[in-house]
Amino acid sequence: MARIRLEKLRHSYVAAPARDADWALKDLDVQWDDGGAYALLGPSGCGKTTLLNIVSGLLRPTSGRVRFGDEDVTDRAPDQRNIAQVFQFPVVYDTMSVYDNLAFPLRNRGVPEAEVDPRVREIAALLDLDAMLAQRAAGLTADGKQKISLGRGLVRSDVNVIMFDEPLTVIDPHLKWRLRSKLKELHQRIGLTMIYVTHDQTEAMTFADQVVVMHEGAVVQIGSPVELFERPRHTFVGHFIGSPGMNILPCEVRDGVARFAGMAVPTANRAAGVASGARTEIGVRPEFVRFADQGIPVRVVRVADAGRHRIVETRHSDSVIRVLLGEHQAVPAHTAHLAFDPAFTQLYADGWLAGEAR
Amino acid sequence: MSAKTVNQRAWWLVLPVVVLVGFNAVIPLMTVVNYSVQETFGNNRFFFEGVKWFSEVVHSGRFHDSLKRQLIFTAIILAIEIPLGVAIALAMPRKGFWASVCLVLMSMPLLIPWNVVGAMWNIFALPDIGLLGWTLNKLGLDYNYTRQPFAAWVTLIAMDVWHWTSLVALLAYAGLSAIPDAYYQAAKIDGASGWAVLRYVQLPKLKHVLTIAVLLRFMDSFMIYTEPVVLTGGGPGNATTLLSIDLVKVALGQFDLGPAAAMSLIYFLIILLLSWLFYRVMTLGEED
Amino acid sequence: MLELREVARRVGAQTHIHPTSLALRQGEFNVLLGTTLAGKTTLMQLMAGLVPPSAGAVWFGGRDVTRVPVQQRKVAMVFQQFINYPNQTVFENIASPLRVARTAEAEVRSRVGHIAELLQLGPFLARRPAELSGGQQQRTALARALVKDADLVLLDEPLANLDYKLREGLREELPRLFAGRACTVVYATTEPSEALLLGGYTATVHEGRITQYGPNGVVYREPADLVTAKVFSDPPINVAQVTKSGRRFHLSAQVSWPAEGRLGELPDGPYTVGLRPHNVLRAAGKDGGVPVDCRVLIAEISGSESVVHFDLGGMAWVSQSHGVHGFKVGAMARFELDVSRCLYFAPDGARVGG
Repeated sequence: MARIRLEKLRHSYVAAPARDADWALKDLDVQWDDGGAYALLGPSGCGKTTLLNIVSGLLRPTSGRVRFGDEDVTDRAPDQRNIAQVFQFPVVYDTMSVYDNLAFPLRNRGVPEAEVDPRVREIAALLDLDAMLAQRAAGLTADGKQKISLGRGLVRSDVNVIMFDEPLTVIDPHLKWRLRSKLKELHQRIGLTMIYVTHDQTEAMTFADQVVVMHEGAVVQIGSPVELFERPRHTFVGHFIGSPGMNILPCEVRDGVARFAGMAVPTANRAAGVASGARTEIGVRPEFVRFADQGIPVRVVRVADAGRHRIVETRHSDSVIRVLLGEHQAVPAHTAHLAFDPAFTQLYADGWLAGEAR
Repeated sequence: MSAKTVNQRAWWLVLPVVVLVGFNAVIPLMTVVNYSVQETFGNNRFFFEGVKWFSEVVHSGRFHDSLKRQLIFTAIILAIEIPLGVAIALAMPRKGFWASVCLVLMSMPLLIPWNVVGAMWNIFALPDIGLLGWTLNKLGLDYNYTRQPFAAWVTLIAMDVWHWTSLVALLAYAGLSAIPDAYYQAAKIDGASGWAVLRYVQLPKLKHVLTIAVLLRFMDSFMIYTEPVVLTGGGPGNATTLLSIDLVKVALGQFDLGPAAAMSLIYFLIILLLSWLFYRVMTLGEED
Repeated sequence: MLELREVARRVGAQTHIHPTSLALRQGEFNVLLGTTLAGKTTLMQLMAGLVPPSAGAVWFGGRDVTRVPVQQRKVAMVFQQFINYPNQTVFENIASPLRVARTAEAEVRSRVGHIAELLQLGPFLARRPAELSGGQQQRTALARALVKDADLVLLDEPLANLDYKLREGLREELPRLFAGRACTVVYATTEPSEALLLGGYTATVHEGRITQYGPNGVVYREPADLVTAKVFSDPPINVAQVTKSGRRFHLSAQVSWPAEGRLGELPDGPYTVGLRPHNVLRAAGKDGGVPVDCRVLIAEISGSESVVHFDLGGMAWVSQSHGVHGFKVGAMARFELDVSRCLYFAPDGARVGG
């Protein structure tokens, strides 16, 4: 199986959708290549779980096709698509041992016992579950159960895609980190296509090679974590990715140059071609703002200590501009000037990156 | 023990209930205990007899017979109603208009007063004018529950199954509705057959609900009185004289208060013991 | 001001809270930081009076309130699962504590209106909670807690069920909402970054004990012991065993560094060193950085930073650095330990330097 392609996918949970808001997914065209690690990132209600369930076959789309390689699988049931899915809440068969849980998908498909045993043990070792094979699955902690769910997907040799629906939701925060790294390690070792749905940008950005950012049922941008971070195509992507998100400042455009606070602000993209009457904004991440001797005058309002860096909130009239400072850099007392790194400052028109095709 | 930050006034509100329960339950219970250790020859004169009544009851063949009948009845009832109730719950739709229709239909048998249930089946199964009795006889079966012990048993069990299976079905339905969709979805992806889903997902998740259902049905069927009395009166002969019916015959029929009181207490203790055993077995292996 | 004096809670044979004393600061955010099941919720329940302590006393404003029932204390609580009265409108939800106190209708309207403005719930006052989004439902619960003007406001992981962006937004708003009020605020969370960003004071909770309580910066940079350092780190703090001999700390035969200043006066012997991942950097020739050559195990590159797991003499250490750097899994790479930021712990866990 080569790649997964979604063509003109639309989905509505309402029987007769009339308005835009009735559609959970609005006209998606996405392609995922074999073996990659992908993330579907977006806030609650953006449609990412709907999309995941359509790919896995648990949901039939209102219109559009799903193709695995060259085959149209839109009408096929989940167990005929060679996929595995890990859900938000760990799903284990309580009455069975860890071993039996892992063996379950193989036994259901009639795999002979002699083949089941080495496979189960191999996957259990990969997931650090080998010491617990004889235990009852119900007695494990949440992260152990999620590993079993994951293991049930890995144990099948016919699986081509593993899908994760916010799998770290119920995991203890201090274990979340470990399980996340484990998933990354697994991907680096096994090389299966993995699609990961989350609303947490840290999870998405550290796990995936390509992130699909979704907002209100539509794909806003697809790109590598670096691209999404350095060159967001939409202010939503700038805002949603990064903690804290991008500073978005209303500006005006005169003679092809963006102007904020009465000063010209050099931007990485050109302001030419911006329709008059469009809402223009400058986007720059706190990481690329620094204090300087001259520049935009601001007053320092608040300093939040995040341990390894500090977030300084400054204001220029009504606009809030955040600056990221290292743990031991000095913070100006009351007033200061800000300079934006031109290579990472972008101009947006009506939310979209100016000068780009939508 | 530490003092609680509770409102002490709450105790005063409970007092009327305590008085009522005391009057209606505790004092009569004490009276029964009192009677069970005494003998009377009328004229309100009582003689202390110790455990005489208890040993008489425990050794009486009549008591053994009715206890045996009761145990067989309860066993058959549980064996039929629990699986049947679960099967009905599995078949009932989860959502939509028909789900409401099914729920209403299932609730109906439970709403009928118990003596009316007995009376309904009494007439329904009459071999000459009852629809069921008449049909069975027309089909060639020689069926007359007023004369044949076997027919009486079958009718009694059929009546109880009709009356109470809905309770098990409704409880199981509630339990099934609580299973998150993710379990079914994961089972689908794992390629599990319908039987495997039942065995590995649904039944384990129904465990608590089934424990309650089994306990309730056990206790109720063990104490059953109204329906069999109205249906068969304990007959033919004493073919369907279950424990409670026998007890009433002894107490009110023969006015032997002593043995009746002793029998009541033994009855109560048997139910207590068996319920406890059931509960322990069903919750075996669970952590708190 | 709320004080717990030798308060303990035992349920059956289990001790949920060991005898603990804590004096919370009024007018500040007091954060209870710890993993799930550490005892944060139990502590909050003890503070509110929802459960009685098995030993010890709870004092508030100079009075012993241990026996006072919770309805008579002026306490407000917000939970993780957006708890609202489902059949009442948002307005009624927020007004409910005022109605219980039999406040005049005019005052109810003005106070509810004011709080709703503050929490941006103005347009939603006529709706039911089920019609609102998660963030709005939690704001309703917050509004209900705030309108009461309680002396003690308890927030038990209120943002845990929200999207991370919503969480960020509300987290910024919360200190602003409580600024200028005279109440004591207690906030429970499992995330160290949240504790830091909220500002104020932090009490680290671990297995039913409070290991340290103080201003955020102090607990973070000067943890009393190894347990506190571990609780207050995300990603988890890197830990290794070192031996001090002469005036140097030895991590392994190849890696050692001088024990500067006060550290030099410590007795020789084994110590545990803790170094947070953001102090383990990609080699850049920095002064004071101790280079180590290790094999890369896992590389997690997000848009703005690189988190790399590597093998340091058999232990899995983590480095977190700003910027995107390429790391090849399985290859050797050079990292620098910023030893000036190391925390040193004696074998019994107490911090001795750093």
